[in-house]
Amino acid sequence: MHSGAVLAVAGWNKFVETFFNAQVMAKYLPDILYGTLVTVELAVLIVIAGIGFGLVLALVRALAIRPLNWLIVFVVDLLRALPPLVIIVLLYFGLPSAGWSPSGFMSTWLSLTLVLMAFSEEIFWAGITSVHKGQWEAARSTGLSFGQTLIHVVLPQALRLTIAPLTNRTIAITKGTALGTVVALHEILGMASSAVSNSYNPSPLILGAAAYLVLFIPVVVVARRIETKFAWKK
Amino acid sequence: MTKIVKAHAIHKHFGALHVLKGVDLEVAEKELVFVIGPSGSGKSTLLRCLNRLEQPTSGSIEVAGIDMLSPKTDINHARQHIGMVFQSFNLYPHMTALANVMLALRKVAGKGKAEAETLARAALERVGLADRGHHRPAELSGGQQQRVAIARAIALEPKVMLFDEPTSALDPELVGSVLEVMRGLRESGMTMIVVSHEMSFARAAADRVIFMDQGLIVEQGPPAAIFEQPTHERTRSFIGQIRQH
Amino acid sequence: MEEIVANFFNAEIATAALPLVASGILNTILLSLMVIPLGLAAGLVLAVLAQSKNPLVRWPLMAWVDFFRAFPPLVLLVLLFAGLPFMGLELGGFACVAVAFMLNNSAYYGEVLRAGIDSVPNGQIEAARSTGLSSTQAMTYVVLPQAVRNVLPDLLSNTLEVVKLTSLGSVVAVPELLFAARQAQSTTFNATPIVMAAVIYYAMLWPLVRLLSRLENRALAGRH
Ligand SMILES: Nc1ncnc2c1ncn2[C@@H]1O[C@H](COP(=O)(O)OP(=O)(O)OP(=O)(O)O)[C@@H](O)[C@H]1O
Ligand SMILES: [Mg+2]
Repeated sequence: MHSGAVLAVAGWNKFVETFFNAQVMAKYLPDILYGTLVTVELAVLIVIAGIGFGLVLALVRALAIRPLNWLIVFVVDLLRALPPLVIIVLLYFGLPSAGWSPSGFMSTWLSLTLVLMAFSEEIFWAGITSVHKGQWEAARSTGLSFGQTLIHVVLPQALRLTIAPLTNRTIAITKGTALGTVVALHEILGMASSAVSNSYNPSPLILGAAAYLVLFIPVVVVARRIETKFAWKK
Repeated sequence: MTKIVKAHAIHKHFGALHVLKGVDLEVAEKELVFVIGPSGSGKSTLLRCLNRLEQPTSGSIEVAGIDMLSPKTDINHARQHIGMVFQSFNLYPHMTALANVMLALRKVAGKGKAEAETLARAALERVGLADRGHHRPAELSGGQQQRVAIARAIALEPKVMLFDEPTSALDPELVGSVLEVMRGLRESGMTMIVVSHEMSFARAAADRVIFMDQGLIVEQGPPAAIFEQPTHERTRSFIGQIRQH
Repeated sequence: MEEIVANFFNAEIATAALPLVASGILNTILLSLMVIPLGLAAGLVLAVLAQSKNPLVRWPLMAWVDFFRAFPPLVLLVLLFAGLPFMGLELGGFACVAVAFMLNNSAYYGEVLRAGIDSVPNGQIEAARSTGLSSTQAMTYVVLPQAVRNVLPDLLSNTLEVVKLTSLGSVVAVPELLFAARQAQSTTFNATPIVMAAVIYYAMLWPLVRLLSRLENRALAGRH
């Protein structure tokens, strides 16, 4: 055999042994699976609470109560301007001096929920204001109340416009659950990182990376479908 | 004769802009009042004050015996008795024609699903669209959309109907079908206030024509009198202008 | 109340932390100035390639974009920072951030720019070609300027995210703003430096957030 080829095969074997070490992977698989569970749990709670609060804020904003709206705009702007990791760190390392020590899970959940709330409020609000004024007038002229008009006439039209930007934003923010590793949260990345330092082998990181792809690729593919389906009519 | 609409000394300001400067308007049962006037004279604003889509700055409005400006009045309940048709139709694009008509029947009039559907179908039939119930607005022509909008209003059995330039957004060949429906309504005894430039319709169907300018009613009378022998110079020049088109 | 002030808004500690935090700001700005152009350039390449009708080009591109939409940037960063040394390749925090963000942002900027190019009517290229411009010239002088204009809000929004993302550098010991603040916090046992960092991010990025919210509202409202 040619000596270059021998070298290449040896190099390849070494690479596989280092990054795809079956023994190490098998050993830490349960840890990664546990981390995956934490990530899923966290992501689901963030999506539900973040989008839920965002919708509520947008509806409150529709009531057009001046001082309340200023407050909403201020909070939303603040949460859009701050990096999520800064918020997580502030809650986790800062709040204990104020007498409350949130866990890593709590800090991450709360931070990302707030961020998703802010972004989805903006998206819902843009959707609501994009519904033509005539729709409000027609509905109100038939005797529908403000709330009925909002729910039956305006929101269904607004939601159609918001669905694509909202899914994109939701994916981007729930991916941020990986930031929890900074505050000792045992999600996928945290479990993988400690496995790497325990085993002196990077294979658990590859496993962790694979776990993220398994979780998020389907979501991204569905999002792409949604995007095409609800594409803006130009 | 009983008056369905009694509006007195209506003033409306938009900020510094004085749009209605003391309008008095009474409309008798089954009367068809036609309102004309130059752009910006306050015609739409007057209509919108009658069902309180706009809040008048001062004055009094009574429709079908209900004090529209009293804070005690349930405005949503009152509005189902005042149908309104808009220049731009304003159908709900995410609902079928039938669902458009049914919404207020269910949510405001409190009808059950089956009854609301029967009433909605009857209303669509009256505007000649019995077979279009399952279509979305986007699948209907402008004339058909406007007729669905009329059905949406009449399904609630209003005491009076307000039309704000119902045919201005339509292609000329579609105007006839909408006017046809309005004529039918008139014959069935509906009280109507119509803002429009359709002079031939006014001549044929109106009991009274009102000419508005700069927030005031300048003159009013039977169509023939207003169109042939207007007393005011402003009326004359306005009618001259629209004749030329 | 006093306790809150002492722990979160402590003037003495803020003054002491100022030099460290200031160098952090500088590094955050440097990092941004490095990763934004890198991401834009890589994204532009992807967007132009995506105009190809060849499925052998389009398919891998789509996979690339979807891969990075699904992959958390922090995981990518840690993978490079902690994984590459096992191959005998030690890049250091700064370079890892640069590479990770270039990969990640290429996908996001690429999608935005592709949508922008798609939004320019075909007639524009035809008109440009009919006057004798080459296809590259038509792309550069006619299509791209319009494309960028059409997706400006999305480009800016993505750029805002990129700047915020530089805070991940703190995880791989790049002394940017958040890292500096945490360092100051851990030596003083006081949260004031982190509050400082938050205030600085807010002050730096708020104008962009406001601008974006205007542009987004207008974009949505215009789509009837
Ligand atoms: N919501 C509003 N805010 C401020 N100004 C308004 C508003 N609605 C109407 N106006 C102003 O009030 C005046 C009267 O408007 P209105 O729509 O009642 O006129 P119009 O007679 O219906 O005119 P057109 O024939 O053009 O429909 C106009 O100068 C208009 O610009
Ligand atoms: Mg008008």
